[in-house]
Amino acid sequence: MNVIIDKLVMYFQYPFVINALIVGVLIALCSSMLGVTLVLKRYSFIGDGLSHVAFGAMAVAAVMGFTDDMPVILLVTTAFAVLLLRTGQNAKIKGDAAIAMISVGALAIGYLLMNVFSTSANVSGDVCTTLFGSTSILTLTKMQVWMCGVLSAVVIGVFFLFYHKIFAITFDENFARAVGTPVGTYNLLLAVLIAVIIVLAMNLVGSLLISALVIFPALSAMRVFNSFRSVIICSAVFSVVCAFLGMLLSILAGTPVGATVVIIDMLAFGLFYGIGVLKNGGR
Amino acid sequence: MKPQISCQDLTLGYSQHILAEHLSFTIEKGNYLCIVGENGAGKSTLLRTMLGLQEPMAGKIVLGEGMRRNEIGYLPQQTFVQRDFPASVREVVLSGCQGRCGLRPFYNREEKGIADKAMAQMEITSLADACYRDLSGGQQQRVLLARALCASDKMLVLDEPVSGLDPKMAEAMYRLVARINKEMGITIVMISHDVREAIPYATHILHMDRDFFFGTAEEYRQSKRGKLFLS
Repeated sequence: MNVIIDKLVMYFQYPFVINALIVGVLIALCSSMLGVTLVLKRYSFIGDGLSHVAFGAMAVAAVMGFTDDMPVILLVTTAFAVLLLRTGQNAKIKGDAAIAMISVGALAIGYLLMNVFSTSANVSGDVCTTLFGSTSILTLTKMQVWMCGVLSAVVIGVFFLFYHKIFAITFDENFARAVGTPVGTYNLLLAVLIAVIIVLAMNLVGSLLISALVIFPALSAMRVFNSFRSVIICSAVFSVVCAFLGMLLSILAGTPVGATVVIIDMLAFGLFYGIGVLKNGGR
Repeated sequence: MKPQISCQDLTLGYSQHILAEHLSFTIEKGNYLCIVGENGAGKSTLLRTMLGLQEPMAGKIVLGEGMRRNEIGYLPQQTFVQRDFPASVREVVLSGCQGRCGLRPFYNREEKGIADKAMAQMEITSLADACYRDLSGGQQQRVLLARALCASDKMLVLDEPVSGLDPKMAEAMYRLVARINKEMGITIVMISHDVREAIPYATHILHMDRDFFFGTAEEYRQSKRGKLFLS
């Protein structure tokens, strides 16, 4: 035990480890809060689709030689988030098919660009890093940490201010529209928030594993708690604890950060599932 | 009696598909209008148009004096999203007040009071902290009714409130709606596929078909179509 603590203390002296932990916890917090809404609105896959779009955008930004690619990725991902959420209901191509189409399309474009135009010798290593986020969280620049902090604060602030509206449009869009709530505007807001979170989360878990951060905390909390507010709170705590533990574990064991966090999420989901079964008497 | 909402020469439908034409009728305060007709006759579309969720293809809807669009309480058909929704009864009912608070982020004391009162009227106060998804179909409908009451004390619009309920619960639901109509003086507009059950409570009937019938319940009973439909 002492060996582990010594090792941790040693690691905590490096600023990049502290940065990684801060950013990781913030991302986990943001993604879990919105995750509840996404899961309940049956939009779980939007996170997945958008993360592939973000991957494509990242490749495009790299090819075009942007040094700081985050704004570009953010812009492109937001545009697609709006497109997907807005056309969700009445589009000619139905929601899930549109998501699948855009997501594989972006993945293909991203991989192609990275392969053809790459300047680095290790293309498959680069691709792997973007997809699974192996080490990027440990190599964040100060600028990125700040940006992450500010964006997370915005996401949390907006969520807090519009909490009741988000509940209303999640539970019953038709009713909300009938009593004069501008549902379209709030859906747009949600789309932008999701895009921001996806782009942030790419740093932590890479683009293929983002959905895990969105889905597991929400589903776990929903197994056990019975009101929207308690589900949101539980989901946030669940996500932060899992992300923190996952990151510590990955530092100690030298495993990839993203995959470790997701596996901790899965184990915790199993635990919550069990609690839910016990609590509801097997229902 | 003063008119609360009047539909003038409405044409309903979507894209190129017309569901109903030349629909005109007026609802007055305290009326209980029951809308009946075959599936696909445009009943739900009419409700959605009255609520402003959808534009009429032609004609117009005029709101009476002192009525506003967002002052109509709405009980939509249940969506599958709601069946396993983790929300307490209080949270759902309180969301009926969202039209009152506009951009203000949180509900105030008055709105919480309105929600408490609505729960008391629907006799679900004891369920306030229960989870919506754990309730029976009849209880869920009471919760949604309470939510609609939070949105309006003038008019409620109900889209097949008894679908999926067993006959006993359906009967209780009809009595509850009738009580809201009589005791609170709230205008009711209700779609029902179950004509015989619903009509005893209604003051007016709108029968939608290729052409339409609008009149009092008594006139409907005497009409040829009413006799055909009720027998």
